[in-house]
Amino acid sequence: MSHAPNFQLTRNAFGRLVFRDQWGAMQEGVVPIRGFPITNPNRGIALVDCHGHELIWIDCLADLPSDYRMLIEDELLSREFMPEIKRLYNVSSFTTPSTWKVVTDRGEVSFILKGEEDVRRLTSSSFMITDSHGIHFLIRDHLSLDRNSRKLLDHFL
Amino acid sequence: MQQFHHSSINHLSQTWREAIASQLTDGENVMAWIETDLDLQLHFAKGIVVVTNQRLLAKMYVSDIWQTWSYRQGLLLTQRDYAGIGCLELFDTHSRLAHWRYRLGSDSAVNRLIESFTQQRDSYCTASELPRIADAFIQCPACGAVLGMGQIDCPVCEKQNNVQPSTWTLLRLWRFAKPYQGRLLIGFLLTLCSTAATLVPPYLTMPLMDNVLIPYQNGHPINNELVAFYLSGLLGASVLAWMLGWARTYMLALVSERIGADLRTTTYEHLLNLSQEYFGGKRTGDLMARIGAETDRINLFLSLHLLDFATDVIMIAMTAVILISINPWLALVTLVPLPIIAWLIHLVRDRLRIGFEKVDRIWAEVNNVLADTIPGIRVIKAFAQEKREAARFRAANQRNLQINDRVNRIWSLFTPTVTLLTEVGLLVVWIFGIWQISNDEITVGVLTAFLAYIGRFYIRLDSMSRIVSITQKAAAGTKRIFDILDHVSSVPESPNPVHLNTVQGQIELRNVSFRYGTRSIAQDINLVITPGEMIGLVGHSGSGKSTLVNLICRFYDVTEGKILIDGHDIRSLPVTEYRKHIGLVLQEPFLFYGTIAENIAYGKPDATHDEIVSAARAAHAHEFILRLPHGYDSLVGERGQALSGGERQRISIARALLINPRILILDEATSSVDTTTEKDIQKALDNLVRGRTTIAIAHRLSTLQEANRLVVLDRGKVVEIGNHSELMSREGYYYRLYQAQARNVDVEDSGYAPFIEHSAAGEIK
Repeated sequence: MSHAPNFQLTRNAFGRLVFRDQWGAMQEGVVPIRGFPITNPNRGIALVDCHGHELIWIDCLADLPSDYRMLIEDELLSREFMPEIKRLYNVSSFTTPSTWKVVTDRGEVSFILKGEEDVRRLTSSSFMITDSHGIHFLIRDHLSLDRNSRKLLDHFL
Repeated sequence: MQQFHHSSINHLSQTWREAIASQLTDGENVMAWIETDLDLQLHFAKGIVVVTNQRLLAKMYVSDIWQTWSYRQGLLLTQRDYAGIGCLELFDTHSRLAHWRYRLGSDSAVNRLIESFTQQRDSYCTASELPRIADAFIQCPACGAVLGMGQIDCPVCEKQNNVQPSTWTLLRLWRFAKPYQGRLLIGFLLTLCSTAATLVPPYLTMPLMDNVLIPYQNGHPINNELVAFYLSGLLGASVLAWMLGWARTYMLALVSERIGADLRTTTYEHLLNLSQEYFGGKRTGDLMARIGAETDRINLFLSLHLLDFATDVIMIAMTAVILISINPWLALVTLVPLPIIAWLIHLVRDRLRIGFEKVDRIWAEVNNVLADTIPGIRVIKAFAQEKREAARFRAANQRNLQINDRVNRIWSLFTPTVTLLTEVGLLVVWIFGIWQISNDEITVGVLTAFLAYIGRFYIRLDSMSRIVSITQKAAAGTKRIFDILDHVSSVPESPNPVHLNTVQGQIELRNVSFRYGTRSIAQDINLVITPGEMIGLVGHSGSGKSTLVNLICRFYDVTEGKILIDGHDIRSLPVTEYRKHIGLVLQEPFLFYGTIAENIAYGKPDATHDEIVSAARAAHAHEFILRLPHGYDSLVGERGQALSGGERQRISIARALLINPRILILDEATSSVDTTTEKDIQKALDNLVRGRTTIAIAHRLSTLQEANRLVVLDRGKVVEIGNHSELMSREGYYYRLYQAQARNVDVEDSGYAPFIEHSAAGEIK
């Protein structure tokens, strides 16, 4: 179903995405936003203008021509930030606030967990951890962590 | 290091400092810098961006190349952020030259960097000397708290980050025990005496055995006088122990009950003083459990378990002394199991504490399910989801069971092990005792006395082992209580407050920005409201109207900029004193359980009946109150008389009128009622508004036509200011909003995007 979309998407010299609809109206600084970033990241992506108004809803990225898809994926990549915790090195204490040293898919980092309520269960095996600055860290499957990490995490569940 | 004259540079790590110093030319000074912690692909990587008086420098930690840009016209440094990640961008007039990513922890540093960059660029391009800016308030870069003179580290942040609780948290309860020092000392002495008294009877078994029973078996007659002497000694000691035991238990229970009560009220008082932010992030069920159940648990621990434990320790110490004085060798053998048990206790201690904390947490979760569902019962029933909610509760309970099971697995092993050790210990004493008797080293009486002593001794050890879990539970509870007590309000009291007895009511917002979590809600708002002026705040939901009001009330503190009242920063005023000048009427007025008179007089409890009635009259509430069966004494609030939305609103208006505030805030005061009631309320409000600085938020623009000025907000920014007719003639944002409302079109859409207004207007019929 890869027919030509009824809009144009380019990136300008200022690094902003520019959207041009079928009537030729231009919007600069367009951003793609996933509708279901956790439960279904690859379907349902909205392009919104700089005022947060929806311009177009893309059901499935794969339906787009590859150059548009690249632009959108690039932009998503530079906007989305939900490091996935792969390993817990150590936690400073089992009571909050505590500093966690972790390995994520985006490198090693340490952050401060403000309260136990910031560790939230998403499904039976996945967790979302919010640090003191409001950044979300994801644990996709706590059973796939190594033994030590599981043990550390277990203190907070 | 004179090249670094920005004081914060001292916090920069040595490696960066050296790296930067190697790049600087003569006469080049570092003005500001930030450490970035992400690379462009959003992987964690360290980097640095430095502003000097000549150029901008940047480097990633892993690369060796410094990127530099000398100042020139048109160079622009800006930042934007999304979901906790900031983006710092450098533009010239044609394109983006570079960008850097960082986590928002360094947000205020970035703003300083941009400010400094702009100043340096301007002064470099015009070759003029820079004015030095002295900040009136030094703020903590992390939490925005106002720092005192010469304070470098923020006391708020420091406190929040360095809490490391353990069993020692219990010692912190001393703060609450201190007022009862004297009684505690008496209690302790009583404990000593009563314990000593209980140790007399086993001691008497020794002469009873050696001087009476053994001689009798060897053919001597029983010495009745001696028996009577020993037995009366036994009885006397027991009676004395009974009396002393009663006295100390009563005394200490009395004290601990008072400590518990103090703890509870202190925690509650502290809780009430915390900012709204705290309540936003906590669940009611959890907070209620902490103040109710946890304090009770601590109380029980103090009055019962700790007391028992203290008695046990004293008893063991005394027993050990007695045993050693009778026979050191046998005493040594008797005491051998003690370290083993101590070791065992230590072994299980950690696992149990974690387990019990889990139990507590899961218990709070069970409570939270209740607290979530019971207030939402109408929704649950309306959507027929009773089964699902029941399943949710069952699941929470199931988890509760699971975790309890796991804890009990360790716990259940613990007590029998101690008992077994006790038995083994007794066996050792028997063996060693018999061997010593056979060697004529001790008498039968000594062995009997030893067995009598250590019988008790081991029983106490067994019950002492229980103290581990109880202490852990109490420590966990104490920690949860002190979590609240240690939480410093995010709207901190100023260290040197300014007292304003009367205010004129001039409010000034200067470059106000506010960020909640990672969302930036208000940006760079400037507004001066003169005394007595009525300001209407207009905009869509989510445009920042309520936020602005919350900031003015100081429910939250601004992230940047400041709010001044009569020229004083509101952060320099005592919070409660400041709020006394503000009358607040909310969309959903909250009535407390009590009479109508009490509710009206809520902000001024000592108001006379005349004052209450005249406030009610002015609020147009007088007549409907008289229609109620008990007039002003009718009970309202939860469990009280049902009042309509308009009636409750008028009571809350009367409440605001009574405290006669200089500043009045109406947050959608008329939105939840129908138009006829609105007219009534509007009349009441007109009385209220007269002569006061008023800030009103209303969804219906028609209610704001009286306002001297309307402030139109969009996305946290002020887009237009002016009175109704000015704004209408300007045909801008307000005009569109007003037109849309007049035509009864959904405001949410038409205001955002004027170009779809035509289609939207067509849809209404």
